[in-house]
Amino acid sequence: MTEAECAECGATLDLADDLETGEIIDCGTCGAELEVIDVNPPVLDRAPELEEDWGE
Amino acid sequence: MKIGILYSRIRKDEKLLLSELRERGHDVTKIDVRKHQFGLHDTTAPVDDLDIVVDRCLATSRSLYATRFIESYGVPVVNSPETAEICADKAKNSLALAEAGVPTPETKVAFTKESAMDAIESFGYPCVLKPVVGSWGRLMAKIDSRSAAEAILEHKATLGHYEHKVFYVQEFVEKPGRDIRVVATDGEPVAAMTRSSEHWLTNAAKGGETEEFELDDEALELVEKASDAVGGGLLGVDLMETGDSYTVHEVNHTVEFKALNGTTDVDVPAAVVDWLESKAAEKTAAEALA
Repeated sequence: MTEAECAECGATLDLADDLETGEIIDCGTCGAELEVIDVNPPVLDRAPELEEDWGE
Repeated sequence: MKIGILYSRIRKDEKLLLSELRERGHDVTKIDVRKHQFGLHDTTAPVDDLDIVVDRCLATSRSLYATRFIESYGVPVVNSPETAEICADKAKNSLALAEAGVPTPETKVAFTKESAMDAIESFGYPCVLKPVVGSWGRLMAKIDSRSAAEAILEHKATLGHYEHKVFYVQEFVEKPGRDIRVVATDGEPVAAMTRSSEHWLTNAAKGGETEEFELDDEALELVEKASDAVGGGLLGVDLMETGDSYTVHEVNHTVEFKALNGTTDVDVPAAVVDWLESKAAEKTAAEALA
């Protein structure tokens, strides 16, 4: 388990070991959607907003 | 094999795929399409020595262009840009299914509010209005009355992106509270599930409950025909039961399979990777003959 800081509220997040760049994590404190920018060490940024042509 | 994954967001589906590929010792290159340029003759994306590229772009627009460019560099890509182009657009999807003789809901496309209203009235109520591009059940409208139709058409014409001014009107299919999602590789089903909901939209993304489903001979044949109709690949074929038969309403080209994987005993990512290995082997065999 590793830790990173929420880019929105600054809370500390516990992250799974199989983290992938591009993965989206929800902040348990503020609810923000965060994108994993880097895994070693983990860096999180605000995730892009949902767009109309997203999805299957 | 050396495999590239085109992506812009890693969902659980991509994590499952990555994990399976790495467990089998494949050389995986993750390619974030947001970070690259795609030129007429080459790209900043590291695709040169890859055996195969898998398109897992979340955004349909990126998927359409990135696969087209990657294929132009002579790198095999699944799904193909031709398949993506048909599946990304509900009107093209419907036409391809109808042309292949696959039963699909009666559909009309209109370009103005007035002709869309004529189409709606010709179907009667309820009928369905869908965006030609879009997913996860977003912006789908079940239209129960003329006044609802007028309001929705006005909103779409006034507020919508130009793609929402292509009015895709479809008959409402009285399904038994569920539809069927089949994940298939070149027409061969990996597994299937039903998605049930009290709501008329039964998408897993809308919270529909899932249960494994065993395909009968007719459904198997329809999945194969529907896959062929859009050019094959790793696909999600959506069927609805219509009494004693089926209708295929859609084929999806960047299929999400995490819900199916959690519903069936079949190891879906393993089956997908089996198929990817066979596609990469086809390429190696073709090169050996050349």
